[in-house]
Amino acid sequence: MADDKAVRGELIDEATLTLEELARACAVEADWVIERVESGLLADGSRYVRRQRLTSQRFTSRDLTRARRLRQVERDFEAEPELAALVADLLEEVERLRTRLRATGAE
Amino acid sequence: MEFKDYYQTLGVAKTATAEEIKKAYRKLARKYHPDVSKEPDAEDRMQAINEAKEVLGDPEKRAAYDQLGQNYRAGQDFRPPPDWDAGFEFTGRGFDGAEADEFSDFFANLFGQAGRRRQHGQGYRMRGEDRHAKVVIDLADAYQGATRTISLQVPEMDAQGRVVTRQHSLSVKIPKGVKEGQHIRLTGQGSPGMGGGPPGDLFLEIHFHPDQAFRVEGRDVYASVPVTPWEAALGASIETPTPAGPVRLKVPAGSQSGRRLRLKGRGIPGQEPGDLYVELTVVLPPADTDKARELYATMARELDFDPRRAGHGRR
Repeated sequence: MADDKAVRGELIDEATLTLEELARACAVEADWVIERVESGLLADGSRYVRRQRLTSQRFTSRDLTRARRLRQVERDFEAEPELAALVADLLEEVERLRTRLRATGAE
Repeated sequence: MEFKDYYQTLGVAKTATAEEIKKAYRKLARKYHPDVSKEPDAEDRMQAINEAKEVLGDPEKRAAYDQLGQNYRAGQDFRPPPDWDAGFEFTGRGFDGAEADEFSDFFANLFGQAGRRRQHGQGYRMRGEDRHAKVVIDLADAYQGATRTISLQVPEMDAQGRVVTRQHSLSVKIPKGVKEGQHIRLTGQGSPGMGGGPPGDLFLEIHFHPDQAFRVEGRDVYASVPVTPWEAALGASIETPTPAGPVRLKVPAGSQSGRRLRLKGRGIPGQEPGDLYVELTVVLPPADTDKARELYATMARELDFDPRRAGHGRR
């Protein structure tokens, strides 16, 4: 296929997805996202975000990966959101450590 | 289209209770969950398991499926009789549209179509679902950008109203500076909309092929380069490979094996480009000739050096 026919995409980086876009990309309702952000399970879990502020909140590539993982674990195991978040935390930690291990050449 | 035996997929008897089906599903979900499974086909298996649960876990769908499947075996050629689902009402409760795209033709024809027909009947206008795919690129592509052709299975309705999957090839520009795990959004390249609704978006998740020479963490790139003992001891200017091509690297005098040199801004490009870290590995020449042995012996004689003595060890 000719190069000029190639589709140019948009790089999802720091802050490009709106609440609605994130919800749609995960095939969930916006409320699903709001509940998880409000309870600190998604998107900077260190602080609690108020519902009113969520309409202007922007989500990153990492948030998208995490949200999809939460949804998958919740659905596949009928898991409580908190439990799914715990699983996601552990998986993210394992990924971080594996990357670090590879970066040091130990793996 | 092949008939799918959902009972076989979950490994349960046709007489299994709802509780038994749930148990079997959970056991398999734990085994094949793509996040944890080491099985090579985990993703496909998980898809099949989810599809089976979607049907058998829903009393309405299960009843319809049971009635339909009485005379079929797995793999057998199958064509749904017209109005096979008459008398059943799939409420759509708990039905995950995005997943249905990833389910088999068999599922889409039975349950997808029934859902769509009703939605059409109500003049339903809906935006197409977003889709997701993984794309694996080389590290060099993240430095220079690249064009990749990806193939996707797209479910479509044929003239008879059956769902068929079509191979859709798409040429995509991968922008330079992309990181492992980052997403690229292709607007309007997702599933087609219904009733005149706009199509969804396609999200590509970027991953890197494992590289023999380079390791990556975020935007930082790590490499190791072999040096001779005299290059390390006396300092040298050596050529070292980077994902963007070779560069000259100054090895400071008095370097030890394991010393890490930073090449600022030579990691993955971006607004804040990453750094390239080069670790020096001192490689000793083999003492396999008289000359080499003599040189080692001279060093042993002339140099006051014991790495096991305090002050002489590795830095």
